[in-house]
Amino acid sequence: MSFGPHLLLAVLEGLVTSAVLALTALGLSLVFGVMRVVNVAHGEFFMLGAVLAWAISSMVPGHPSLGFLMALLLSPLIVGSVALLAERLVLRRLDYNPEATIVATIGLLYVIQQLALTFYGPEARAVPAPFNFRLQLPWFGYSGYKLSIIAASVVLMLATWFVLTRTRIGLVMRATQYDSETAQAFGIPVDRVYAGVFALGAMLAAVAAVLIVPIQQAHYLMGLDPLLLSFIVVIIGGLGSLRGTVIAALIIGVSDGVISVFFSPTLAKIIATSAVAMVLVFRPQGLFGTTPR
Amino acid sequence: MKSDTGCGKAIALHLVVIAGLFGLGFVLPEYHHGVLARVMVLAVFSMGYNVLFGYAGLLSLGHAMFFAAGLYGAGLSMIHLGWSAPAGFAAGVIAGAVLALGVGVLALRTTGVAFMIVTMMFSQVFYLLTLYFSVWTRGDEGLVIPQARRGLDLGAMRLDFTDPMTRYMLALGLFAIVLLLTLGVARSGFGRVLVAIRENEERTKMLGYDTFANKLSAVVVSGTFCAAAGAAYALLFGYVGSTFASVQYSIFPLLWVLLGGAATTLGPFLGTLFMYYVVDIASGYTSAYMLIVGLLLILLILYFPKGVLGTVRERWLRWLP
Repeated sequence: MSFGPHLLLAVLEGLVTSAVLALTALGLSLVFGVMRVVNVAHGEFFMLGAVLAWAISSMVPGHPSLGFLMALLLSPLIVGSVALLAERLVLRRLDYNPEATIVATIGLLYVIQQLALTFYGPEARAVPAPFNFRLQLPWFGYSGYKLSIIAASVVLMLATWFVLTRTRIGLVMRATQYDSETAQAFGIPVDRVYAGVFALGAMLAAVAAVLIVPIQQAHYLMGLDPLLLSFIVVIIGGLGSLRGTVIAALIIGVSDGVISVFFSPTLAKIIATSAVAMVLVFRPQGLFGTTPR
Repeated sequence: MKSDTGCGKAIALHLVVIAGLFGLGFVLPEYHHGVLARVMVLAVFSMGYNVLFGYAGLLSLGHAMFFAAGLYGAGLSMIHLGWSAPAGFAAGVIAGAVLALGVGVLALRTTGVAFMIVTMMFSQVFYLLTLYFSVWTRGDEGLVIPQARRGLDLGAMRLDFTDPMTRYMLALGLFAIVLLLTLGVARSGFGRVLVAIRENEERTKMLGYDTFANKLSAVVVSGTFCAAAGAAYALLFGYVGSTFASVQYSIFPLLWVLLGGAATTLGPFLGTLFMYYVVDIASGYTSAYMLIVGLLLILLILYFPKGVLGTVRERWLRWLP
């Protein structure tokens, strides 16, 4: 294969990574934006989504697409309930103190990870893709399922954007994000908004995980990479900024794809991680964010 | 603060602890003897963490890189450059101090949550670098320092680090030095400024203290202690691997310090000792020992945020340093 098609392949792979990453990072960004806490267990919600997707699809008989659809529906719901439970039992009692929350969510990370290891086991397992269709390009064939991941991610991002900017729920969330005390004074149940946002953030990660599981196997340690990459995306994009999250996910995903194909995946991670540390140091509000009040 | 009333008692307590550990070195059964030597080295790691987290109030999620800097500084210079054990130890400590200075200058531009994430990112870069340069580090598999190299020739006598008793006493020596240094830091003007910064940075700045310089010194002191622990670990236990640079090893000192009591001099040792045995005993029954680590972290932060010695100090022994 010559350079051009090779690059195209790298960019396509990068776009798939970006699509999944944008969804995961959006969840983290919403939680940070509205609640001002960093959820270190976010990657484990992603992992839980993937593991549950395997469990659900292996229980449903018949055509793989049926099991996949069930997983796409049920897995985020279960993960959302787990997150809701954690929020009610732990985070609320800590009064959303940023540092205490980080320590508590690190604890949560280990608890979820170990439970997954105990009940799911150390194996990596794949979920069959809902359909097998190859798009034949002049130079190589490309999986139609991977392209559908990109489409699904775009649809979900648009839906989130619509909810945030055009509905009452979105208005309440933005009011809480902007000034939670004033929102409370205006009768917004801030406490319930927090619970909902935390669950929603976890559900977005779970959806992303269900989408990726047919091409990347489910494994109990798979949560760390999405967590670090989401951190990177959220920081570069500016916290709580939807547009910034999408742009940053594209930059990170595509450059990760290109560097991984032409150089080495470890080098790609080293470059991305140092870049983000530097962004945080020299431009704490992110590349696309605005300075907080 | 009533500093004078407890000063003598505090120093006496520390000397009793050190003497007690010295005595235990002769009576402990073989297995626990080895465990305690390891715990003392790891306690140096958590005491280093405590300087920054406990006193200066800066929560870092990347201290594994300082431990690993000491570990690799000692290990790589001894294996690839053929340096002697003391030179390797010095190389490790210096590597940690330099790294801490660089990371500190950059990371201290941020505060709060951003500081935690920046330190975590830097540490992750360090971890990935140990994997990337696997030609020299052999990545996850790690390097083993040959037994013959782990020793020191003093004229006719040879100090063999692989001998359990020598190892125990060297670990105790390092532990005692760092413990007394921490006590010194806690009682010095520098330590008090750090506590003032933790409680109210703006006010400390207004009183005329250069808070950046003080925080930077805290990062360097903390990083140097952690690197010393790492270098000692390489010399005494002979294994250098990238696991020690992973996120987990940034979380452990946080857990140990929280458990024992942040901003107490003996808390980190107590936390390390307790956790080591909890994990040791738990892993005899179940492989899911990290579940215990996770639950303990959540329960500690919910119900016991001051840790064991922090609570003891609050309730009963006000003079405890």
